[in-house]
Amino acid sequence: MTEPQNSSTALASRGSLVMDAETIRRALRRMAHEIVERNSDLSAIALAGIPSRGVEIARRIAEFIGSVARTQIATGVIDVSLHRDDVGQRADLPVVHPSHLPVPIEHRTIIIVDDVLYTGRTIRAAIDAIGSFGRPARIQLATLIDRGHRELPIRADYVGKNIPTANGERVRVRLQDVDNEPDAVWLIKDQTS
Amino acid sequence: MMAALTSELRWHRKDLLGIRELCADEITFVLDNADAFKQVGTRDVKKVPALRGKTVVNFFVEPSTRTRTSFELAAIRLSADVINISASTSSLTKGETLKDTAKILEANHADIIVLRHSSAGAAHFLGERLSASVINAGDGAHEHPTQALLDLYTIREKKGSIAGLHVVIVGDILFSRVARSNIFGLLKLGARVTLVGPTTLVPRAFEQLGVSISNDIDAVLPTADVVNLLRIQHERQGKEYFPGLGEYIRLFGLTKARAKLLKPECLIMHPGPINRGVEIDSELADGVQSVILDQVTNGLAVRMAVLYLCGGIGKR
Repeated sequence: MTEPQNSSTALASRGSLVMDAETIRRALRRMAHEIVERNSDLSAIALAGIPSRGVEIARRIAEFIGSVARTQIATGVIDVSLHRDDVGQRADLPVVHPSHLPVPIEHRTIIIVDDVLYTGRTIRAAIDAIGSFGRPARIQLATLIDRGHRELPIRADYVGKNIPTANGERVRVRLQDVDNEPDAVWLIKDQTS
Repeated sequence: MMAALTSELRWHRKDLLGIRELCADEITFVLDNADAFKQVGTRDVKKVPALRGKTVVNFFVEPSTRTRTSFELAAIRLSADVINISASTSSLTKGETLKDTAKILEANHADIIVLRHSSAGAAHFLGERLSASVINAGDGAHEHPTQALLDLYTIREKKGSIAGLHVVIVGDILFSRVARSNIFGLLKLGARVTLVGPTTLVPRAFEQLGVSISNDIDAVLPTADVVNLLRIQHERQGKEYFPGLGEYIRLFGLTKARAKLLKPECLIMHPGPINRGVEIDSELADGVQSVILDQVTNGLAVRMAVLYLCGGIGKR
């Protein structure tokens, strides 16, 4: 969903900054509050980040929840590569990360965390992947950006920011600890237009 | 961990034919992926839908139990459909050529062909001609890439990294595809390799690959971080290469007395099948330094990674 290649300066000339470090921080803090509000038993929830940036976002949300509710909440990693529906259609493959969830997951609410929600296919794969660890009490979804254009009946429970986009546009998320670039979200215009 | 998360290397090969043509980053990439597949084995549901709808053909023209079983289980864990063809059941015995048999497999929509063959280069031959993925499961005395990858994975898992380690490979190097693939992989990842065995089975020509050669195992063992023992492949040897097993054991067998020369943390490896009492003392094979069973477990994870990577990319 996000592109690793181009340099940030070249992209900035074609795109617009939609979130800076401070707005990202506030959005994640608000999401943490909403998670606390909607889940009365915080010991029964676990955040599952989708690599790479989802893992970092989950870590930050967990930190906010920790300072708001004074409780440590469980976090894990859910890699979706092995559950995707486009096997044999891609020209190359990225590394698969080991998944780990706090087990048992049977009586927990698992909150999937990702950077950008787009078609919903990644989330469908994540739900499927979680199923191979057991049967959680419920699964929720938190995303920093919801850019629309769903191809599956999936919606987010916690959204940092809704960004209306055209199909040809790209949302580019950068997080300091993952990308070694300052926190930012860019909307990159359609290259063909 | 964060460095690994941002790794931008991506896999683009449809075939795994040998270790020689891989670069160090590609080898490391496969090993990193194997971590994820090893984790799958610890889940409630030890099966992922990664290759659902794909057909894997285990095409073993030369006998094998452990490699074929490992590939078969790996394919099943990835939700692929698997069929096994052995030399005695294939039409090769009726005079059909390897290429024709493979074409027929492909016409039956095989997506991945795992090939074990007695001729060096057989996998390359098919890889170049078929759009299906071809995985070399051993071609003559040439290469056995998944064995080398699982050995490298096991060493990395136990030792943390491979660069700088001294790895000693003992035995029948001349006829060993395991040795050849291991040598390529170990050197690319920065290990120092010493080959030990009778001169007839460890020709000097191997020095050109960048390894040391010794006929004195007792001089080499004290500095070893890993000892990889190979079986004497009687079936591949047309004539006798050393006077007798008794002499081989006395000169090159890892006996209990000889094992005292090893560092306590030195790993003992063996690709199997083991000839207990010949290349390795039976107690040592089951001892604390032995990682022989880890090699088997890791073999499954590595082969899942290889099937997923080669079978998962788009075909032309």
